[in-house]
Amino acid sequence: MLYALCFLLFMIGLYCTVVKKNMVKIVLGILVMEYAVNIFLIMLGYRQGGEAPIVGREDVLSGSKVTEAFINSSVDPLPQALVLTAIVISLGSLALMISICIRTYQRYGTFDITKIRRLKG
Amino acid sequence: MTIFYILLLFIIIGAIIAVETENLLSAVICIGAIGFGASLLFLFLKAPDIAITQIVVEVLGLIILIRATIARDLTFISGDREFFGVVVSVVIVFVIFLAGIIVLQTLPDFGTPAFTKASVPASEAYISEGLEKTGAANLVASVILDYRAYDTLGEATVLFTSIIGATVILRKRSRKLLEESE
Amino acid sequence: MKGMTVVVKTIASWIKVLIFLFGIYIVIFGHLTPGGGFAGGVILAGSYVLLMLAFGREFAEENLSLGWASRLDCVGALLFIAIALFGLVFGAASFFYNFIQQRYLADKQTALELISAGTIPLSNIAIGIKVATSLFLVILVMSAFRPNESE
Repeated sequence: MLYALCFLLFMIGLYCTVVKKNMVKIVLGILVMEYAVNIFLIMLGYRQGGEAPIVGREDVLSGSKVTEAFINSSVDPLPQALVLTAIVISLGSLALMISICIRTYQRYGTFDITKIRRLKG
Repeated sequence: MTIFYILLLFIIIGAIIAVETENLLSAVICIGAIGFGASLLFLFLKAPDIAITQIVVEVLGLIILIRATIARDLTFISGDREFFGVVVSVVIVFVIFLAGIIVLQTLPDFGTPAFTKASVPASEAYISEGLEKTGAANLVASVILDYRAYDTLGEATVLFTSIIGATVILRKRSRKLLEESE
Repeated sequence: MKGMTVVVKTIASWIKVLIFLFGIYIVIFGHLTPGGGFAGGVILAGSYVLLMLAFGREFAEENLSLGWASRLDCVGALLFIAIALFGLVFGAASFFYNFIQQRYLADKQTALELISAGTIPLSNIAIGIKVATSLFLVILVMSAFRPNESE
């Protein structure tokens, strides 16, 4: 059921990207889709009653080995590594998309994509 | 478990408001609310690394978005595209949603990590031998900088390239040189 | 972009130092506590953005100009690749080999201390420098356009 709500969020972002006419609204739709994917990936790696994947003082036996309780109760660190990369990349792509919007507004005077018909070089 | 439902409902309501409102400034503020809700959700899902990164990236993203929208005169654009296109898009989105629900039933239930049910679970090796082989107490840092460092190299390249692209697009000098030479 | 009132300028000049110090802490302790290079780099960029919003664009550009920001960005990226190449030279012929950990520190018990985990803190510092200067560069370039300019 929680996965279905994440997928609903993704569909809301997809609807906004496809249907709207305002260029900034299209960028906001892409941003909502990225949030939905990040939330879904972190939810995949959750363990019920788990702890954060950081080794503390009481989890270390002698010889740099971790205790059995830590191995059985920590959440998955692999999806978190993937999502960390994805969040920073979304900031870079947002900067690029907004710079295209600013340039288009300077050139044509509007954000409306049905009025921008000429692709001049 | 109910806290997850409450936060996700808050995020979905914020997304619906951001999509449907006509004022651009309200839409940007709703995106900020979605980002903060997502950061709280990451904290409850026991991922503190991701929560810190999400909040600070959210703040900088809001600064970039407000810079683009607040000083423009034309912020009200009314109406959608023509009616037939809207109806077809909504029908296709609904069909994809139903198909996705059927596919999501095959995943393991919420609460067991999905990657450990694969045939070769890699996460168990990361958790049990991570401290011994890399010496880092933060297992996520050991994954992104030692076990999977190629992904970090690719991400640094993508960030570098997108920032170069944004800088080149917003340049002022070349246009004046073109006007002088003509 | 003009600056703000005197109250905002005074408070901002105290707070940006704290934000900068916090960003350095998150970057350096990235292998022991949550954080790491990416979050710390974005916080460092945030302190410079606060400087730019409170004092105006010209003051921030004197502090860290466009040329210096580009050069530091490239230095961060090259440092990261140099750390990776050292693994190729020293270790067992693989690209991102954690050579400090495997060769020098494998016998000592240095878990949970500041100097541990080999090349991971060095990579964190390189990525922190790179991300901070990249984001400050893009926000500085974006604020160069006045809203009522029509070219």
